[in-house]
Amino acid sequence: MTLGEIIKTLDCRVVAGNTNLDAKVRTGCGCDLMSDVLAFIKPGAILLTGLNNPQVVRTAEIAEIRIVCFVRGKQPSQELITLARESGITLLTTSLPMFEACGKLYMNGLSGYDE
Amino acid sequence: MDAEKAITKVQELVYEIKVNQVMVTDVITVSPHNLMSELRVLLHDKRISGVPVVEGTTLVGLVSIEDFVKCLSEGKMNNLVRDRMSRDVITLYDDEPLVRAVQEFDRRGYGRFPVISRENGALVGVITKGDIIRGLLKRIEIDYHEEEIHRYRASYFFEDIIADKTTLIFQYKVTGKDFSRAGRTSSGLKKTLRRMGIPPKIIRRIAIATYEAEMNIVVFTDGGEITAQVTPREIRVEAVDSGPGIPDIKKAMEPGFSTAPDWVRDLGFGAGMGLTNIRKCADTMHLESTVGKGTRLEIAVQLNGAVKHDSGDHH
Repeated sequence: MTLGEIIKTLDCRVVAGNTNLDAKVRTGCGCDLMSDVLAFIKPGAILLTGLNNPQVVRTAEIAEIRIVCFVRGKQPSQELITLARESGITLLTTSLPMFEACGKLYMNGLSGYDE
Repeated sequence: MDAEKAITKVQELVYEIKVNQVMVTDVITVSPHNLMSELRVLLHDKRISGVPVVEGTTLVGLVSIEDFVKCLSEGKMNNLVRDRMSRDVITLYDDEPLVRAVQEFDRRGYGRFPVISRENGALVGVITKGDIIRGLLKRIEIDYHEEEIHRYRASYFFEDIIADKTTLIFQYKVTGKDFSRAGRTSSGLKKTLRRMGIPPKIIRRIAIATYEAEMNIVVFTDGGEITAQVTPREIRVEAVDSGPGIPDIKKAMEPGFSTAPDWVRDLGFGAGMGLTNIRKCADTMHLESTVGKGTRLEIAVQLNGAVKHDSGDHH
């Protein structure tokens, strides 16, 4: 999927980051546990999370994740947005809960991190 | 910068840069009342393939080299430009992103597009593929200039040093309980290693291991120090703190075992996977701890000749 398709599918709001809507995203990971993200996520995946603190951006930066989507309408703080801008990470928010957001992306061809 | 990254960067830039930032504003134009024969000098001398036809400031058409040749073969060089020009001109607005121009070039196969002002429709410039490429290159050069200089210097560092043994040491202070700054060390180390030209896969392993170690220091102690040692053979990271220590290291190494309080779990950590992650990333790992005194963690990742080094390293 492209970033643009993801935004459309999840009806996302773009909070921060680059606006290249044609960027290809191959895999996704839905996770609130940052250690699991660090252990298993593939570089270039989109991270869907309900966790809302600066460590999400740090984890994304360390694990080479460029797109993070906050589920269930969570609004990231200004501090978090600033950190994301510095690291070149795109932040999205969707009002969908985690299960539905992951399900919709999976149905649209995004695979899990295990493949 | 590697090719893949460069392409992504260009993709971003074609959305960001506007047509009026790369177009040529010093445009050669003709009047519709000029004779076709007058184009000869213009097309030849300026080596251009098409000229916008302008009346006042308004674009009324485009006359191309093809129109000229056709006119020549018909022997009608005394025709007026307005009778031979094409009136159905594809134009771009000056405030459109470059990606629109790129799409039009792809779709139409023309060599140039007149650019008009969205405000008053006046001709304000002309854009060619060459202008786009020049604009992009200039921008990339500006954006990457500094980073490139850093990287160039760093990646040849080992080559330039003449010694029997070379070790670069980077030291970082980690503040305990300060969650807003947690991750700065690993982030800084990661950027540094990237500038040195260390392969991305190795950087990822070091960064993840260092980040987990850093989180442990932040969560459990009042602070500590992380030191990275880089040699042509390996990267070694040492995390030392004077915190409470680990009573049972074997137990602490078990996946899922955690003594972290709930507030740490709320931050997305403390699930007992930290040390497991570190072990997974490192080639070797050494953990020693004394209760009441502190903990020392040392990991190493082998470079296996991934970094250029000077022949001074005799073996």
